[in-house]
Amino acid sequence: MGLRFIDGNEAIVLGALYAGCRFFSGYPITPASSILEGMVEALPPLGGIAVQGEDEIASIGYCLGASMAGMKAMTATSGPGISLYSENISFALGSEIPIVIVNVMRQGPSTGSATRAADGDIQFMRWGQSGGLPVVVLAPTDAYDCFTLTVHAFNLAERFRCPVFLASNKEIGLTRETVQMDDLERPEVLNRTRHTSGDFLPFAVHAGRDVPDFLPIGGAIPVRQTSSTHGKDGYITVDPEEIQASMERLKRKVESQVDTFTFFDLEQRERSRTLVVAYGATSRAARAACRHLNDRGIPVSLLVLKTIWPVPERLISRTAKENEGRILVIEMNLGQYVSEIQRILCDRKVDFFGKMCGRLISPDEIVREILDG
Amino acid sequence: MDSLINQSRPPMFCPGCSHDRSVRALDRVLENLHAGSADVVIVTDIGCSGLFDVFFSTHAFHGLHGRALTYAAGIKLAQPRLKVVVTMGDGGLGIGGAHLLAACRRNLDLTLLVLNNFNFGMTGGQFSCTTPSDARVTPGFLNCFERPMDVGSVAAAAGAPFVTRCSVHEKDLTDKIQAAIEFEGFSLVDIWGGCPGRYMKRNPASPEYLEARLRELPLLDGPAPNNFRQEYGRRYREYSGSAEFILDTRGIEPRAVRPFSGRRELVFLGAAGERIQSAGALLASAAMHAGLHAAQKNEFNITVLRGPSISEVILSTEAIDYTGIERPDVVAILATEGLDRRKDLIERISPLCLVIRDTSVDMGVHGEKGHVLDVNFKAHGIKKAEKALSALFLLARLGEIVTHEMLEPALSLAYSGVRLESAIDLRDRTADIPLQ
Repeated sequence: MGLRFIDGNEAIVLGALYAGCRFFSGYPITPASSILEGMVEALPPLGGIAVQGEDEIASIGYCLGASMAGMKAMTATSGPGISLYSENISFALGSEIPIVIVNVMRQGPSTGSATRAADGDIQFMRWGQSGGLPVVVLAPTDAYDCFTLTVHAFNLAERFRCPVFLASNKEIGLTRETVQMDDLERPEVLNRTRHTSGDFLPFAVHAGRDVPDFLPIGGAIPVRQTSSTHGKDGYITVDPEEIQASMERLKRKVESQVDTFTFFDLEQRERSRTLVVAYGATSRAARAACRHLNDRGIPVSLLVLKTIWPVPERLISRTAKENEGRILVIEMNLGQYVSEIQRILCDRKVDFFGKMCGRLISPDEIVREILDG
Repeated sequence: MDSLINQSRPPMFCPGCSHDRSVRALDRVLENLHAGSADVVIVTDIGCSGLFDVFFSTHAFHGLHGRALTYAAGIKLAQPRLKVVVTMGDGGLGIGGAHLLAACRRNLDLTLLVLNNFNFGMTGGQFSCTTPSDARVTPGFLNCFERPMDVGSVAAAAGAPFVTRCSVHEKDLTDKIQAAIEFEGFSLVDIWGGCPGRYMKRNPASPEYLEARLRELPLLDGPAPNNFRQEYGRRYREYSGSAEFILDTRGIEPRAVRPFSGRRELVFLGAAGERIQSAGALLASAAMHAGLHAAQKNEFNITVLRGPSISEVILSTEAIDYTGIERPDVVAILATEGLDRRKDLIERISPLCLVIRDTSVDMGVHGEKGHVLDVNFKAHGIKKAEKALSALFLLARLGEIVTHEMLEPALSLAYSGVRLESAIDLRDRTADIPLQ
């Protein structure tokens, strides 16, 4: 029983250590630098390795090398760094390298405002890589989530052998808040499935599975890793059928499982005429706004999405069905994720309210939007 | 030991390609070193140098253009026992220049073989960072305007402890590569060769020509004693421990009585050097000693000891949702810098809000807002760096948001020795300030 005062970035460090992350590399950038500092302090005493890369490309490159050598690896940056990660993200996707990427989002575009928040990278994290294969993006709302979702992020990266993003935000990463340490939800820690018997082909999958078993580079059996289009044996292939099957598997292995990692909060109110959908720091203002209205006899339901990508379509459809009337999507940008909601709920009235000015959207503004609808 | 050439994918280059000699030489070295296929990883770049990993039956990692050294570093740090050989062309060298410099400076035990054939062979013979200015290459005249880079000199200048520059045709190429791999630390072998498919159609690259050009440059033949130092990985491991991670759940155990119920919003508007953020953290800690929820965010400029410093603290008996400040209950205006930065907030001060104002701050156009407590900190001998903490003691005297019972354990947790004594002294000096 103890109260600690930690920010989201510190909670991510704790979550990563708890999940077994023993390799970190990052390049200084506000508002993510304190994750680099935290990992450089924490990892060496544990026998882990944390390094500061010469740039963002190197930082993620070190992680991909270490991950293929068997370590759980993480990097942390903000929007400008994600841009530089892009080519290596597509490498990790196509070559099935587990990695956790923390994006403590800040006001963009470009250099933008280093110390101001936004959620401007929500579509960028999904699509900002060549090939367009699916990634996993989890969005924490507070320090508790930062811890727990970081553990989930590692578990998912290990399970699917793919890049997993934590979509944090300056307002979560650098806001310190009270955490009752005993109340931290601690998911069971998972590790990538190792190849145990028979011939090893680095990209072969067992019948009924979509993820290849892993062996580390540096182990007793030579392992091939390549960024080129490859077959099961890790050598280049030009066979269209083999390539098509492989691409479909890379898509399916993540997207078909989204129901098993759909994290969310739902505050369902009877006779609600509005369903508010939000994520990240904005969801906290939305919660305050909904509570304010509910206390005054105006029932409003709230869906807080913590699994952003792949889109948890089943959850969104089901929740929309339980809530008649208007759907209001609120984002700290000029409208990004709302297009996903509109795509899924094309027969419903889906409105958007968003701001991208570096400041949090306030509960008052959300209350006004709900009432004006 | 046997050859580590991949029997299922034997080496294949364009006829007459010098890379073939490098593959054979590397294989002989690995054989000489009695390396098994699981003892080595070949990390390759993009282009013709990127074919090397396929030709060996070792661990293999073929990544992105110019980034081979980054993956190699990650692998070597994670698996120190592995021999890590990186192959990269002059193309990868140019695009990955920052990684080369970092590898030289860091001195991790990797061997980089630069397969230098003065052009981008695979993409059609475009000029690279090592193409001579007098060479005729695609896409036209551009290389004539630039000066080629001498990789070896750059590497030595950047701190590489082992640098060799040689022709692929030299009889002792195997010895040179072997010495590089056996060296503990970052080693680079700049291997000059010809690209018959592209470069050699219009440019000379015969063994004699390469030899003559090499003689024009200073000799780089292995160890660079000026750059000798401990290998990075070894040093890192010596620095590291082997502790197990234990999630420390210890923290503040609430004991003090909560002075209010509901939510309170406090803002400290000050300047850098006034310990504004420390005061905010202390207030949060005090609140936690009474079992309250707290949230704090700070705002400051990139300049140290100059510019505004602002701390926003929310305390609540309920979990805190929104972490912005809408209707502050307390605003401490301690410096003009902070006031100017948060004019928006001043507009939102209600008549019930307590405003602790340092009398040296001119409210200017803002006029008087809220319930003002004017404090002449200077007259009470309270220094710039003490004002924010003094404001906390004033709040404790009022006892509506924070009490001495809450603040004292927070002080003891944050400070000790002389600093704790001076904080207690400040509390006593603050006791003289009138609360009207």
